[in-house]
Amino acid sequence: MSSILYATSIADLAPLTVAIPFGLAALLASRLPFPFTRHYAELVAAAGALVVAVLCLLLLSKTLDSDGPVVARIGGWQPRDDGVIVGINFAFDSLGAALALLAAVLVGAALVFAWRFFEAVGPTFHALILVFLGALTGFALTGDLFNMFVFFELMSVSAYALTAYRIERAASLQGALTFAVTNSVGAVMILFGIALLYGRTGALNLAQVGEALASRPSDGLVVTAFALITGGFLVKAAIVPFHFWLADAYAVAPTPAAIVFTGVMSDLGIYAVARIYLTVFQAPLEPHVEGLRAVLVGFAVVTALLGAALALAQNHLKRLLAFVTISQIGLALIGVGLLTPDGVAGATLLIPADGLLRAGLFVCIGAILHRCGSVYQSSLHGRGRVLPKVFPVFFGAAVLGLAALPPLGAYPGKALVEEAAGEVGYGWVAIVFVVATAVAAAALLRAGGRVFFGWGAPHETDTDPREPPAEESELTGSRGRVPGVMFASAAVLIVAGLLVAAVPGTAEDAQRSAHAFADREAYAAPVLGRPPPPAEPVHLLHGGALEVVLGLLTALGSIALAVALLRDLVPLPRPVLMGFERLRRQHSGQIGDYVAWATVGFALLGGLCALAT
Amino acid sequence: MDEQPPRRPGELSFAARRRLFLVGAAGLGALLLWGLFELPDYRDVVPLYGQVINHSAVEERSSTAVVSAVNFDYRGFDTLGEEFILFAAVLVLALLLRRLSEERRDRHEWKARHEHTTSAAVRLTCAALVGPTVLLAVYITAHGHLTPGGGFQGGVIAATALLLVYLGSDYPTMQRLRPLPLVETAKAAGALAFVLLGLAGLIFAGAFLENFLPLGTPGDLVAAGTIPLLSVAVGLEVAGGFVLLLSEFLDQLLVIRRKQEADS
Amino acid sequence: MSVLPYVVAVWICLVGLYGIVTSRHLLHTIICVSVVQSSTYVLLLAVGYRQGGVAPVFVDIPHTTPAVDPVVQALTLTDVVVGGAVTALLLAIAVQIEKHLHTLDPDELDPLRD
Repeated sequence: MSSILYATSIADLAPLTVAIPFGLAALLASRLPFPFTRHYAELVAAAGALVVAVLCLLLLSKTLDSDGPVVARIGGWQPRDDGVIVGINFAFDSLGAALALLAAVLVGAALVFAWRFFEAVGPTFHALILVFLGALTGFALTGDLFNMFVFFELMSVSAYALTAYRIERAASLQGALTFAVTNSVGAVMILFGIALLYGRTGALNLAQVGEALASRPSDGLVVTAFALITGGFLVKAAIVPFHFWLADAYAVAPTPAAIVFTGVMSDLGIYAVARIYLTVFQAPLEPHVEGLRAVLVGFAVVTALLGAALALAQNHLKRLLAFVTISQIGLALIGVGLLTPDGVAGATLLIPADGLLRAGLFVCIGAILHRCGSVYQSSLHGRGRVLPKVFPVFFGAAVLGLAALPPLGAYPGKALVEEAAGEVGYGWVAIVFVVATAVAAAALLRAGGRVFFGWGAPHETDTDPREPPAEESELTGSRGRVPGVMFASAAVLIVAGLLVAAVPGTAEDAQRSAHAFADREAYAAPVLGRPPPPAEPVHLLHGGALEVVLGLLTALGSIALAVALLRDLVPLPRPVLMGFERLRRQHSGQIGDYVAWATVGFALLGGLCALAT
Repeated sequence: MDEQPPRRPGELSFAARRRLFLVGAAGLGALLLWGLFELPDYRDVVPLYGQVINHSAVEERSSTAVVSAVNFDYRGFDTLGEEFILFAAVLVLALLLRRLSEERRDRHEWKARHEHTTSAAVRLTCAALVGPTVLLAVYITAHGHLTPGGGFQGGVIAATALLLVYLGSDYPTMQRLRPLPLVETAKAAGALAFVLLGLAGLIFAGAFLENFLPLGTPGDLVAAGTIPLLSVAVGLEVAGGFVLLLSEFLDQLLVIRRKQEADS
Repeated sequence: MSVLPYVVAVWICLVGLYGIVTSRHLLHTIICVSVVQSSTYVLLLAVGYRQGGVAPVFVDIPHTTPAVDPVVQALTLTDVVVGGAVTALLLAIAVQIEKHLHTLDPDELDPLRD
């Protein structure tokens, strides 16, 4: 028996990262008067996010100190002598803890952004975003398959709710509807996969299921379960052809919610794919890893390129950023899809950097919306000049970080993934990285140039001829100035994004963690109560000159492309433009289309996995 | 088939969409069946997890209804997440169905349109059923650890009791019986209670949601440690949540009218 | 017929998906989402079933009696609650969409239209 005062381990406090936001949300939603009036709701929520962030930081440092995952046995259930785990446990390593920390930081930033200005009706927004935070951390830290599903659904429902928040606008409702229907279909597929695994192994704990599957070669059930679970999480991660919902949802979600969505929610889908493959499926599917690698990298490459190309065609700034998000998640999936520890390490460095920078860009767009009343490039031409001069600087710095300018931002992750790919014969993905990153960054730079400086021809509406409606600002307060909280949140997010992967030592830590992450037996041992296997030495990769050159090429290329686009120097032949337009039109906003594509996607993923094994 | 709205150029036609889906569905169906056919005969085997819990739950948890033991103890953390899914959905529901600025509540109009439409037989039956329904809800919630039931089921039954009140009388009566602030507080209190019980487990027993109360003997009403308490917390939350849900939808349907409509 | 429940689950899932894809009314779409979710209930309960097993309630019977799986029942219960919450949310969104756009045809939705 031990009480909290003599907590045997900080690990036992891990469930508090879920319980604290939930409890505070319940308090906010109760109709108690003082101190939970609306103004205090902001304080309470911010305090909650801060506490969770500190806790996650402690958990992260704990994971960096231990070999193998940190295990928190919820309900006090210890593994039985026969190896059966009857309770739920958290079992996380530094990647999970880092994502939980990222979630807490982003929710904190969102709350700062919304401080006293967001048109919140009662405490609903703050309660919802706290529940969202609890779901994100629970998802990142848990070691149980069905628990992962429950937090996935909670994360999704809170996201639907946050997306639909501004009910006065029909677009918000429609975006939330398509979001909800498509993600629910994805969740059903995950549950099918879980049922298959449970039927075969009789377990729900990740380590235990992995252990049980390791003793038999793979068969139809294992492959199907893999395809279904991976596919379901790829819906959340918005990989082609499951991606259609993301642009609609991000375009209409309130900016504080969008900050968290783009920063961490979709990336958690990629994390789940990595975690589940490496812990559960690695043993039986290892003989077929070459084929599966090809399948995953294939989907990822298509996503990265499609997202970047479509970003060029967007007039609406939030949709532009949404497609950039899609493209970058595709790049992260390349890292994970390599199915090697180094690939996962590269993705580990990419995800927070890209996420924080994109979140910062969303804040900039929020500032533009507040000050100028629109998010359409065509009606914003040059009007961004009224914003304080520091905003173009923020914007440019963030985009250059996304463009992997060495050594900042996305560069360390990109370099590591390129090297990791080279190790398994996939060196050509470097070209995909360069092209996708440069094109996406160019789209952003072009938008920035148009809005902040009035460059390029005015009234150009790209390929979307529809008249943009006037959009109300999401914030109260005078239109005449940009609230200080926007400066603060943008600055913190962008600086953090530029530096998070560039801090010396992070790359080595990420690689060591990824090797531990990828070692199924090392993960399973503490969970199942066994002594850990001997640690294998890790060969660390260091970025070489080639990667630096590629990084510079990407950054400079994006600038050059942006300039060329602004000056109309890029003559695209008519068939290409027509094809582009057809592709853009597929994103019709209609549920039937999206679900049809998703069904095809699942069939394709499953069929290709079946062929590969 | 009625007229379909014209498709914008470049979008999939309906026939194309259906064809696309059918191809995908054929593939997906084949994939699912391929995997499912590898499962053992569904009549033969109970998975290991279930067997282990069946054998040990009564002794370990003094709970004769094993499903509730799984729900509130072994896998109580799942229940926490699930409870908050309902919580979040109902929270935003209040927002989604609230009165827009161009609408207003019109109780008088409701009265004029809907009064005197329930028959005496309906009113009598509903009035007679409300009491037993509430009792049933309390019974099911309290006995969750003994017989099938628990907080979720009991909470839904309690919400049904309110619906019976509405069916048997009229909207204003139902409104009197469910003061919204109280219901919202109950819902939040139930959710908070679950979290606090988990914290108490951390403080008094060393792990979040660990049982810290005496277990008692299986079959007693006061037994099974924290399971009945968690069941009541969930019951409160679910009852509050569903009452709110039904109220919001009924409000939206019956009372909220556009300003122009009501004035005309 | 050892695979009957599995076939039923797959059929329900596909029928529900077909309904979503070809739907002309938002309420129909939402109910079809519910149908798709219910296919997982069938699957889960089938996985846990045992012929001749009793319900896992050991009030009058010794707890060593062969019983069906309680874990999948708990999972299904969770799933039902989740499904109910999502359905409620979708219905509320549909109510408001009807007010804004005066239509419930999912194919008249437009992501950029206000």
